[in-house]
Amino acid sequence: MSVDATTVRRIAHLARIAVTEAEVPHLQGELNAMLAFVEQLSEVNVDGIEPMTSVRPMEMKKRADVVSDGEIADDVVRNAPERQDHFFLVPKVVE
Amino acid sequence: MTDLTSMTIAEARNGLAKKSFTSLELTDAHLAAIEAARSLNAFVLETPDRARAMARAIDAKIAKGEGGPLAGIPLGIKDLFATKDVRTTACSKILGDFVPPYESTVTSQLWRDGAVMLGKLNNDEFAMGSSNETSCFGPVVNPWRREGSNTTLVPGGSSGGSASAVAALLCMGATATDTGGSIRQPAAFTATVGVKPTYGRCSRWGIVAFASSLDQAGPIARTVRDSAILMRSMAGHDPKDTTSVNRAVPDYEAAIGKSVKGMKIGIPREYRLDGMPAEIEKLWSEGGAWLKAAGAELVEVSLPHTKYALPAYYIVAPAEASSNLARYDGVRYGLRVPGRSIGEMYENTRAEGFGAEVRRRVMIGTYVLSAGYYDAYYLRAQKVRTLIKKDFEDCFAKGVDAILTPATPSAAFGVGEKGADPVEMYLNDIFTVTVNMAGLPGIAVPAGKDAQGLPLGLQLIGRPFDEETLFSLGEVVEQAAGRFTPPRWW
Repeated sequence: MSVDATTVRRIAHLARIAVTEAEVPHLQGELNAMLAFVEQLSEVNVDGIEPMTSVRPMEMKKRADVVSDGEIADDVVRNAPERQDHFFLVPKVVE
Repeated sequence: MTDLTSMTIAEARNGLAKKSFTSLELTDAHLAAIEAARSLNAFVLETPDRARAMARAIDAKIAKGEGGPLAGIPLGIKDLFATKDVRTTACSKILGDFVPPYESTVTSQLWRDGAVMLGKLNNDEFAMGSSNETSCFGPVVNPWRREGSNTTLVPGGSSGGSASAVAALLCMGATATDTGGSIRQPAAFTATVGVKPTYGRCSRWGIVAFASSLDQAGPIARTVRDSAILMRSMAGHDPKDTTSVNRAVPDYEAAIGKSVKGMKIGIPREYRLDGMPAEIEKLWSEGGAWLKAAGAELVEVSLPHTKYALPAYYIVAPAEASSNLARYDGVRYGLRVPGRSIGEMYENTRAEGFGAEVRRRVMIGTYVLSAGYYDAYYLRAQKVRTLIKKDFEDCFAKGVDAILTPATPSAAFGVGEKGADPVEMYLNDIFTVTVNMAGLPGIAVPAGKDAQGLPLGLQLIGRPFDEETLFSLGEVVEQAAGRFTPPRWW
């Protein structure tokens, strides 16, 4: 499989990465090179094989449903590029 | 000064215990070495004040006989580990001047055991790379050069700063992370020892995530023994990481010098690549001969799905990365580039904040997870991963104790020599990536030099949670091959 220029723009948008028109052909070439490289997986017979979803077999850990952390709003917003009091500021999203 | 920086951790530990020198003296010697080696670009942040304060505090403890296993040992920390109140960037512009209000579990265990932090080490951006050239702080320089040449070589990656700093005697050991070979490949390129532990052995909490089902922290050090000493402090159960395994941490150092007599060492025939350089082939058979001389038995084994590990990795790892890196949106931390809408702000921030390699991988990951392509790519890769893991399980079920392979297909290459074709760079990890796909432990040990005088390493792959066997076998290789130190030119 390979991607066309429209697909490159669509993937970039899905990934929330701005791409200029000038970058599209180059990116298309790189993505297609990677897709060509992984194409060899299609020759593997995977009939009846379970996908690997856990690296080491282990029971899922659960913890008691109690508050274990908190009251650190200053820390939480400390690195925000724009903030006001204990809020993150973003461009207007609701008219 | 030279004496204090050229010691091993084991030697420094004895010297500190005997009060031959203090941690402050040891720390100062390393801080001076770091300052004199800035041309290597190994450190992205030096923390001399913190280092001296930590050294003074641990000296006071040592005086009272309350040291800890790493008391007074100065270490470098890969910039992927969150360090409380110390800038942590993953060497990406998108994290900007991020200062974590928390400490990663692995580093907190090093400080608990008395280690001293010298600073933060360079790496490929978000650990995506095999040459340390994708770092937003620029490439790291390998202290090794080809004989009679002053061409600048890469130290490998992504833990290039860690490997370079340890090889150049700037720190006694370093933390590193390995997603596809990022500890073992740079270790091989710099004649250092690198350990990628079993998945789940070290906590991932507080380490900037790349591909969560593959990422694992481990040490880079100058000897097998030193790497075992560091491993004991880095490993251990952490309730904050759901994949961290609740299993006692053995005294890894006790495995050093243990007899390997009767051990079965697998030599996988699929690792004998077409066009493999003769010197790699020679190194590999030499390594086998050393283990045989120590009493181990060599057996040919087959890992039939080896060739599919790298392509499957380049689906699984970017898919997980695209998901993990969704958090960088210009809202909660790091860089923000304005836009007319919130969507445009996200897109502008991520376009400017991520480097080319990271953008490429996030896009591939987004594609293979997108509707209509998920089954063809991601699900198939996950199934191939099951087969790769099964190859190893079958091999170990036949009584094989460990597997011996070359660590890399070549020695270190020049800055800018590879990368025009991304796949060419990816091939660096061809011998290491299978280990991450299967979640196994692996160690890279320096084993010799190529015709140009550059170091080459061998890799040993072990059963899950059997790092001890790797330390025992690694010690045999180290004893036979000797140690390699780059001549100082910087």
